[in-house]
Amino acid sequence: MDWTFLIVKLIQVIAVFAVLLTGCAYMTWLERKLVARIQSRLGPMNAGYQGLLQPVADMIKLLFKEDITPKHVDKFIYGIAPLASFIPATLSIAVVPFGDSITLFGRTYDLVISNLNVGILYVLAITSIGVYSIIMAGYSSNSKYSLLGGLRSSAQMISYEIGMGLAIVVVILLSGSLNLVDIVDKQGSFVGWYVFRNPVAFVVYFICAVAETNRSPFDLPEAESELVAGYHTEYSSMKFGMFFVAEYANMITVGAIATTLFFGGWHGPFLPPIVWFLIKVAAFQVFYIWARGTLPRLRYDQLMSFGWKVLLPIAVINVMVTAFFVL
Amino acid sequence: MLDSYGTVGIFLVVSVGFVVVTLGIARLFRPQRPTPQKLSTYECGEPTVGSSWVQFNVRYYIFALLFVIFDVEVAFLIPWAVVFKQLGLFALVEMLIFVGILLFGLLYAWKKGVLKWV
Repeated sequence: MDWTFLIVKLIQVIAVFAVLLTGCAYMTWLERKLVARIQSRLGPMNAGYQGLLQPVADMIKLLFKEDITPKHVDKFIYGIAPLASFIPATLSIAVVPFGDSITLFGRTYDLVISNLNVGILYVLAITSIGVYSIIMAGYSSNSKYSLLGGLRSSAQMISYEIGMGLAIVVVILLSGSLNLVDIVDKQGSFVGWYVFRNPVAFVVYFICAVAETNRSPFDLPEAESELVAGYHTEYSSMKFGMFFVAEYANMITVGAIATTLFFGGWHGPFLPPIVWFLIKVAAFQVFYIWARGTLPRLRYDQLMSFGWKVLLPIAVINVMVTAFFVL
Repeated sequence: MLDSYGTVGIFLVVSVGFVVVTLGIARLFRPQRPTPQKLSTYECGEPTVGSSWVQFNVRYYIFALLFVIFDVEVAFLIPWAVVFKQLGLFALVEMLIFVGILLFGLLYAWKKGVLKWV
């Protein structure tokens, strides 16, 4: 690990981080715009052309807001919950390959921050940490809404994590590797994408991922009509902002992982690899927002029974059938 | 090996740094004028009734148990899936038996009404 390597990696990390955060900011804009279009409204129009500066305005507003810490909260846990939410949300993007390798100063660098040989396990581990922040926020706020939101969320996330794990096992079966760079290489061009080889696994993965990120139609932890804002009801100012950014970062991460595992990563004709990668991730984000604009929220018992009685058996059987065909 | 975990470390440092810096900057700008009303717990504008730290019946207990069982199953499946092509038919049959037992357990829990939300 010499100095040029370290500096190149540092630049890479900061670049990816900046892109991720800008992506999060403009996800809010895209979401408001698209949902508005779906509901025949215009959405934000005043800040900049077509409201393009709206995320900047929102961020400045959050910075200048008073940070209220209610009197009855558990101060320490209340303070670190936003950190525990934001950091895992950004961390799992570190193993996603976003392009082919490039040569710089006579050394070859993979366009991936960290080429971990247990990439998939790392992703599963990091995404599971996210649930702690929600429980911490829900418990420490000492508010009924927060507590209920946190509890709901924990039950929902552990239920759907199994389906997600089983869908990923299918990808491991097909590729025989845990390394995300290998998985992308094995899929190669269009026909080899795992979404075509095993569409069931992709559908299971994506449903579970939407549930894991607490997005509509599985957004019961923050169902505003019953729980105000769920686990972050008591948060304000930049601490609320952290939860908010974390939610969008999670969505982008899910898009990136789904692209890597099922849609051939950065592979694609004509355009440069990075552009293809961004296009695919963006398509997932649009799909997320589209689902939010179209689908009604599930009832909680429906959500749980769907996870355990439908998704889990399908995922298990899918693993076994895939194993049979791989043989 | 060290390289790849080291870069994850760099990412972690940048991520923590971003949160700390952002919250720090916000601390410089924002007003701080607390009033008793502001500091009370939110309950739709009504005065708060009691604490939220009370014991009540969470129905997630059995779900948590089931989760542990199936998560361990996934943990077993992952190394099995990595070397599956080398192991062949024998591994498939063995895993079928293992998964079959677990699925039977799920079916049992289902019939017992554990998965029903009341």
